[in-house]
Amino acid sequence: MSTPVISVRGLGKRYYLSHQQRSDTLRDSLTHRARGLWRRVTGSAATAPEGEEFWALRDVSFDVHQGDVIGIIGRNGAGKSTLLKILSRITEPTTGRATIRGRVASLLEVGTGFHPELSGRENIFLNGAILGMSRAEITRKFDEIVAFAEVERFLDTQVKHYSSGMYVRLAFSVAAHLEPEILIVDEVLAVGDAQFQKKCLGKMSEVTRESGRTILFVSHNLEALRAICQTGVLLESGRIKATGPIQDVITQYHSPLSELTIDYPAADKPAITRIAIDPVRLAAGDLVIHVSYQSPEPLRPAIAGIVVSSFDGRPLFGANMRTHPPAEALPGRAGVCTLEFPQLAVHSGNFTVSAWLGDKGQDYDAKLEAVSFTFVSPRHYPNRPPLHVIGPVDLPCRWTMRPTN
Amino acid sequence: MSTAKNENSELILEAGRASRHYWADLWRFRELLGFLAWRDIKVRYKQTTLGVLWALIQPAVTLAVFTFIFGKLAGMPAGHAPYPLLVLCGLLPWQLFAAAFSNASGSLVANTHLISKVYFPRLIVPLSSVAVALIDFAVVLVLLALMCLWWQFAPDWRIVFLPLFVVLTLVTAIGTGLWLTALTVKYRDFRFVVPFLLQVGLFLSPVGFSSTNLPNWRFIYSLNPMVGAIDGFRWCLLHGEPALDPVNLATSAGMALLLLATGLWYFRRTERTFADII
Repeated sequence: MSTPVISVRGLGKRYYLSHQQRSDTLRDSLTHRARGLWRRVTGSAATAPEGEEFWALRDVSFDVHQGDVIGIIGRNGAGKSTLLKILSRITEPTTGRATIRGRVASLLEVGTGFHPELSGRENIFLNGAILGMSRAEITRKFDEIVAFAEVERFLDTQVKHYSSGMYVRLAFSVAAHLEPEILIVDEVLAVGDAQFQKKCLGKMSEVTRESGRTILFVSHNLEALRAICQTGVLLESGRIKATGPIQDVITQYHSPLSELTIDYPAADKPAITRIAIDPVRLAAGDLVIHVSYQSPEPLRPAIAGIVVSSFDGRPLFGANMRTHPPAEALPGRAGVCTLEFPQLAVHSGNFTVSAWLGDKGQDYDAKLEAVSFTFVSPRHYPNRPPLHVIGPVDLPCRWTMRPTN
Repeated sequence: MSTAKNENSELILEAGRASRHYWADLWRFRELLGFLAWRDIKVRYKQTTLGVLWALIQPAVTLAVFTFIFGKLAGMPAGHAPYPLLVLCGLLPWQLFAAAFSNASGSLVANTHLISKVYFPRLIVPLSSVAVALIDFAVVLVLLALMCLWWQFAPDWRIVFLPLFVVLTLVTAIGTGLWLTALTVKYRDFRFVVPFLLQVGLFLSPVGFSSTNLPNWRFIYSLNPMVGAIDGFRWCLLHGEPALDPVNLATSAGMALLLLATGLWYFRRTERTFADII
């Protein structure tokens, strides 16, 4: 096989978490140095640097070949952005090395360097230059960029007067016309309307097919990843959990998530002790969640709440015992609150559940994204549009039609 | 052929590895330098009614105040040029220095969003911020021309050396600016140091009076590179007065170069961590 265009070996990045609000004032630094000097003078043992060590990335190794489109997946804080920042040369690795062969352009944010006081035309040039295009290149592609963004009429309007949609379209459009050998893209498809996102994805897969460009792509939008990537890298707590064909990696990403039950130790305050999804009812298409609690003092009565979110962390729906009071609510030191969604109205997919415990006036406990489940819908739609277009909810509905000619 | 090109462009990212291509990169990104400068110039007087007139008002008022205090109240000698011209020839380089220095000092923190999202040689940021100062400088030059017409005072052949002293001023401003901007990334304390330095510097430099007033201290005084720059401006524009002493001039130029060299050294040394701590 040919030499990889990117090869990463044992890459790691360490940060120090400081427990003070901000340790970067001169005084802190001076007192720190003075203390170090004192230790040296008195000969006492050196202590570790202040603050807690935190490895955002640890022992990461992989290869990327020319023309690969790689999706990088992981939950928030898994190290995806840190990896892209290192490969984009914004920050240095602490350990290991990355070798890159080819011109890199990275797009970690839409519209980096856009200036609100400048016009659309001026911002195209400014943003293009920031992303690494030459003036000649921008001039050559100018009309194409403007047409793609659909902002012809507002070219000479200051960008601060743009609607957020226009702003995002223009910013995307500049980026979509970059022509590097390696393109690094971070979660930029989270903004913009669905139709335009689709257009951008189309443009991106078009250029990879035509020019054999290499793309590294981070997104929470698994549908989009599945559509344009062949390979995937799954990161978990800074380490590589899986690499391989994108479909396999996405499946791996879900599997540890599918955890129907979780237990928590009892505490000396009112707390949730168990959250459980009923597997038998789930298979039948109903979502039934039990929230158990314990409390040193009787709660009069306990109030539980549930929020169900889609895999990308967007809350979809929720209910608590204030909005939907149970028929009977008895005080007590322990109990189980059960919430039922008969015939859950969502498409097949992965979901997480957060639970909350309180009483009439107080919050006691909250467990965010504590359990998760994979829902296989009993309803089947052969020609359904992708979920990033229609959303995860599948409400019962009915079309009617009446000819008017 | 393409493999040769590929090997050339192989880039290794590793801890503590100073990029060997830094200066080549700086050259490659020269257009970005131009664009950032153009952005700052374009945005500077947006939504102001008086616009670029502001570049004139500030020096004009300072000029009037200094002429009154040093020329009238303190009664300092002016030589053969009118006192306001003497002051303006000191103000020109000082304003250029002050604007370039304070722009450069604040430049990295002002461009945080770029530094944490895109790669380019960071040196571009403070360098491009100096451009705005040059535009304001050009506007004040127009004021100087008008005043020369008013007093019927024409500079002689020495004016051709003026660009040298503009460079001396810029070298001083960039050298100190690099120090301050890199320090400000880590220690925001230095934001408060900049206006303070400028205020003290204004009185430690011979802006409102001629340095001939300090005959015994000229050499020590020249350790302040702005003394060389201001004396030079006056020498170029006011018919060779005060006379330039080569040793003092060399001292000022040497100090300016030392500031630039150490500023570059510190900037390059800390640059790699900017994105992590900004």
